[in-house]
Amino acid sequence: MNLLKISLANLKEKKLNSFLSAMLLTLGIGMISLLLLLNKQLDEQFRRNIRGIDMVVGAKGSPLQLILSSIYQIDAPTGNVPLSEVNSLKRNPFVKTVIPLSMGDNYHGFRIVGTTPKYVDHFQAKIAEGALFSQPMDVTLGSKVAKNSGLKIGDTFASSHGLGSDGEAHNDKKYKVVGMFEPTGSVVDQLVLTNLESVWEIHEHSEEKAAAAPADDVKESDPAHEEDMGEQHHDEEKQVTSALIQFRNPMGLITIPRQINQNTSMQAALPSIEINRLFSLLGVGIDTLRALALVIIMIAGVSVFISLYNSLKERKYEMALMLSMGATRTKLFLMLLLEGLILAVTGYLSGVLLSRFGLFLFSRAAEQDYNYSIREFSLLPEEIFLLIGALFLGLLAAALPSLGIYRLNISRTLAEE
Amino acid sequence: MITTKNLQFSYSQQKQFIFPDINCADKEALLILGQSGRGKTTFLHLLALLLKPDSGNIHINSKELSGLSPSERTDIRAKNLGIIYQRAHFVGALSVLDNILLSSYLSGNKQDKEKATYLAEQLGFADHLQKKTTQLSQGEQQRVSIARALMNNPNVILADEPTSSLDDSNCQKVVELLKNQAFSIGASLVVVTHDQRLKDEFPNQVFL
Repeated sequence: MNLLKISLANLKEKKLNSFLSAMLLTLGIGMISLLLLLNKQLDEQFRRNIRGIDMVVGAKGSPLQLILSSIYQIDAPTGNVPLSEVNSLKRNPFVKTVIPLSMGDNYHGFRIVGTTPKYVDHFQAKIAEGALFSQPMDVTLGSKVAKNSGLKIGDTFASSHGLGSDGEAHNDKKYKVVGMFEPTGSVVDQLVLTNLESVWEIHEHSEEKAAAAPADDVKESDPAHEEDMGEQHHDEEKQVTSALIQFRNPMGLITIPRQINQNTSMQAALPSIEINRLFSLLGVGIDTLRALALVIIMIAGVSVFISLYNSLKERKYEMALMLSMGATRTKLFLMLLLEGLILAVTGYLSGVLLSRFGLFLFSRAAEQDYNYSIREFSLLPEEIFLLIGALFLGLLAAALPSLGIYRLNISRTLAEE
Repeated sequence: MITTKNLQFSYSQQKQFIFPDINCADKEALLILGQSGRGKTTFLHLLALLLKPDSGNIHINSKELSGLSPSERTDIRAKNLGIIYQRAHFVGALSVLDNILLSSYLSGNKQDKEKATYLAEQLGFADHLQKKTTQLSQGEQQRVSIARALMNNPNVILADEPTSSLDDSNCQKVVELLKNQAFSIGASLVVVTHDQRLKDEFPNQVFL
C-alpha cells in the first residue's frame, strides 16, 4: 500500500473519465509532436539538399517549380534551355561551378538525371560498388534505387518516358548499370545518374519514333517532349533542363540573377528564397494545426480538472476518513497530484508513440509518391519541453480542485451521512 | 484507558454541550446512550480528537491531551485510537484487504498482511478480502471496519452507532466481536449509541 497504488486504483475506478482525459492529451500531444517531427525533418531534408547551391537556372516559369524540380526532383521541370546559354555562364567571373541537369525519363518512378560528375562531387556521393558513369548509356544508381529495384552491376534496363512510372518505355535503347552510390541522405539516393549524352541519345531515338507516330500522340505540355521538338528543329543545338550554379563569392547573388532574368531566355531562381517562401506558405497550415492541437491539450487539462473535481466531491468522505486515520493533508494532496501526473505522463507517452506512428504512415506515403523518406524517430529536444508542459498541465489541473483538501473539515464531513 | 473531565463544546452560543465525565479502563467496555441531538457524535469526535473541546481535558493512557498541535493529535489518534463509524466507509477504489492495510499505512505502522488475514478470519470475512467493499453486505462492511480499527492495536476503540444500520442478528454478532476483540488486545471500548438493543450488553453505561 502506498500513494501510487491508491492513485492508480482511483484512476482505474473511474476508467472512462481517465480514458477521456488521457485520450485528449494523447491527441493534442501527438499532433504537436507530429508537426514538430515533420517540420524538422522536411526542413532538414530541404536544407540539406540546397546546401552549396546558390542559384538554379532553367526555362522561364515558376521559380519555385524550377527549384523543386531541379534540386528536390519532386515537381515537373519548367522546360528546356540551350546548353550553350548555360555554358556561357561559366565565363562569368563570379560563377564557380555550373552543373547542368537533363531529365525527362524514369525507371520505376526513379528519375534518370543526365549530368556531369560535378553533380556527384557536389553531394559528396561515394561509390559503394562499381564505377561512376563515363560512357553514354552507363548509369550509376542511388542507394535507394539500387535497393528497391534490385538491379545489379551489369544489368540493363529500359527507361520509361516522363516522370511517372507509367510512361511509355524506350525499349530500343537500354541503360547499363555500372555502379552504385553509398547512401548520402540527399536527393542522390533516389536518382539514377548518367551523363548528359545518354539523355540526348535516348531522345534522338524517340524523336525518330515521334516523327513516325501521329502528331497528336505527343503531349505538348510534357517538357521532355518539348526537348524532342526542340531537337527536331535544331539538331545540332543541345539542350538541358536546368543547371545548378555555385558562386565564387556572394557578390554573384546581387548581379547575376537579374542579368539572367533580363538578358537571356532563362530564369534564375534562388533556392534559399524559394524554400523560405514555400515554408512560409506551409507555415500557415502548420500554425493552424498547432493552434488546434493546443486547444485539444487545453481541453484535456479541463477534462482532468473536471473529472478530479467531480470525483473529489464524491470522495470527500474518503478523504476525511483517511485524514482521521493519520494521513496528512499534504499526503492526500500529493496523492491527487499523482493522479493528474499519471494521466499527463500516460497521455504524453502515448501521444509521442502516436506521432511516431503518424510519421511512419506519412513517410510511407511520401516514399511512394516522392521517393522521399523520413526516418528520424528519436526524441526531439522540443518534445522534452512538451513533456514539461504536459506535466505542468497535469499538475495544475489536479492541483486546483485538490486544494480543497486543505479546507476539508474532518469532523463535519464524518458526521454527515 | 481513556478518561475525560469537564468536557465542554459549543458549535454556537445556542448549541452548547456539557458532557459527563467518563472513565474506561483497559479491557473494559463503556456504553454511552443518548437520543439524537444530545451530542453523541460530537462527544465521540471529542474523544477521537477530531474536535477540540472548549474546556476540560482528555487523558488517553494517563496522558494529558489538551494543548497539542493538530499534527500531534492526528498522530496520537492514528497510533492509539481505533474508530468505527455509524456507517462503514471505505476507500471505494481499494479492495477489502487494502482498506484494512490502509490504516497501518496512514498511521505509519508496518503493513502486516498476515494480521489482516487473521482478523478477517476472526471476524468471518476472510473470503471477501480481494473484493471491493461495495460488494459486501452492511453487516460484513461493519465487520471490516472493526478489523480496520483493530489493525494498529489501539489503546482505545471508539464506536459511533456501530449497530444502528444492522438487523438484530448482525447487531448481536457485531457487539460480541467488538467486545471480544477489544478485550483480547487489552483496549478500552467506548460505544456511543441510541440503540436500545445494546443496553443489556454493557454493564457500564453513561447517559447523555
